[in-house]
Amino acid sequence: MSRETTNLLYLVTIVTFVLALRFLSNPATARRGNQIGAAGMLLAIVVTFLQDSIVSYWEIAVGMVIGGAFGLVAARKVRMTAMPQMVALFNGVGGGAAALIALSEFHNIAPDPGTLQKDISASIVLSAIIGSISFAGSMIAFAKLQELIGGRPIVYPLQQATNAVLFAALLAAAIAIVAGTERQWLMWALVCGSLLFGVLFVLPIGGADMPVVISLLNAFTGLAAAATGFELENNVLIVSGMLVGASGTLLTILMGRAMNRSITNVLFGAFGQLAPSAAGATAGGATDGQVRSASAEDVAVMLAYAHKVVFVPGYGMAVAQAQHDVHTLADLLEARGVEVSYAIHPVAGRMPGHMNVLLAEANVPYPQLKEMDEANSEFGRTDVALIIGANDVVNPDARNNQGSPIYGMPILNVDQAQQVVVLKRSMNPGFAGIENPLFLNPKTVMLFGDAKESVDKLAASVKTL
Amino acid sequence: MSHGLLLSFEITILVLAIFLGFEVISKVPTLLHTPLMSGTNAIHGIVIVGAMLVAGAGHKDTLTTVIGLVAVVLASANVVGGFVVTDRMLEMFKKRERKEPDS
Repeated sequence: MSRETTNLLYLVTIVTFVLALRFLSNPATARRGNQIGAAGMLLAIVVTFLQDSIVSYWEIAVGMVIGGAFGLVAARKVRMTAMPQMVALFNGVGGGAAALIALSEFHNIAPDPGTLQKDISASIVLSAIIGSISFAGSMIAFAKLQELIGGRPIVYPLQQATNAVLFAALLAAAIAIVAGTERQWLMWALVCGSLLFGVLFVLPIGGADMPVVISLLNAFTGLAAAATGFELENNVLIVSGMLVGASGTLLTILMGRAMNRSITNVLFGAFGQLAPSAAGATAGGATDGQVRSASAEDVAVMLAYAHKVVFVPGYGMAVAQAQHDVHTLADLLEARGVEVSYAIHPVAGRMPGHMNVLLAEANVPYPQLKEMDEANSEFGRTDVALIIGANDVVNPDARNNQGSPIYGMPILNVDQAQQVVVLKRSMNPGFAGIENPLFLNPKTVMLFGDAKESVDKLAASVKTL
Repeated sequence: MSHGLLLSFEITILVLAIFLGFEVISKVPTLLHTPLMSGTNAIHGIVIVGAMLVAGAGHKDTLTTVIGLVAVVLASANVVGGFVVTDRMLEMFKKRERKEPDS
């Protein structure tokens, strides 16, 4: 197949990818868009198989079957609550592939030193660095989300200095390669150093900031793919990679804005470290109060006789897999004429839009899901705000306490509702380790226990009323 | 086409792709941000094209081919996993009748 025909067919693939993203602007068309994108991907793979330069089909086919089977099984088996780590995993392998392509290509063409065009060697080192960071970083993010390692930020002395020195060394190695020191060992060192950097870079970031990290690493893999496109002079890689790069960057910015924190603060702030001083500030403030706990029966009465109830789901609901039970409870309440809606904070959960996916899985109609601004305008006329495993996104300290590490983050103003019920496992502070004065608010009652069990108990009690 | 000219075209489409990306992504509602992330995740699986090109070129050097093949395995997992996971998520967002609450 000629290079011209190939490029035009690749253009078809690019168009399908743009359409896939375009169709994502509406839930009704989103799935079709994804299928169109998948068809475009298939086209690109077939076209690539027909290249004259490809002579060993069998090895590639076997590799594709192995990788594809793994991807298929993992994707089909994963529970919706484990989606963030699955996305991190697939993101990582994509980045790893880009880094390996760079290694392979460099190994192939570098035996004749000095012949490499500068822009080719520059794209090779770029995709090697970014791809490796994305691979290692995603694996750490996966391990944190899967709770293979602790979700708390891991910090040690001179951390940022170490990272800075390592980064400078990587930069120096990259420049040396582009300048003409086309040595294989230097390339391997570059990849190993970048892997290490990826690990060190994600370790100090707390579990609560994972939405930002995953979205940033997503952008990284996209950029690595685009760099691979320059390296192989391939248009479909450049455009598709950059589309993903732009998307990941935009999402990262949106996440940061939703938390009112700069991206540098998320990445280098080792969030949660500030917590002890902030806790002190709270204790010293005027928020002395008693924690009141209630029984499921009391709360059921409160909910059943309300006019308007707003559910505020958080990561606790995801961990307890309570989304189906929450929907059952909502149905029972609606059958009694209670108006039920869900207030979704943009960073609730472990990835952007995480709660939306879980509630959609439980068949909650998406018009009932309210975004932050809309939800906040409704709390004033809400009788009961039922908080299911959310914490930081409803912490009034973000509004009132300048000493709080989350001060300035837009929150759901649940304390404007008539009554607040918090479903929580214990009084331990949340993932970010920050005290929440909402729990001491006189309007608030706590219902302790696993979110799923508590919601089930509530549903059972509502039924008996 | 000279190498420099080709490079200039490549940079042109790269920059246009950035703007195109921002343009289409900014129209995606927060409701769909998880599928968006997972969908773009599948799209960067396009590195499979690069992996196939380096793995299948019939190099005399075994190491080049082996690394390329590992890249094929990883990229295939990315492509298949990415699209299947996204499809599973979006399947749940299909249109449903909304029960009208009493008002």
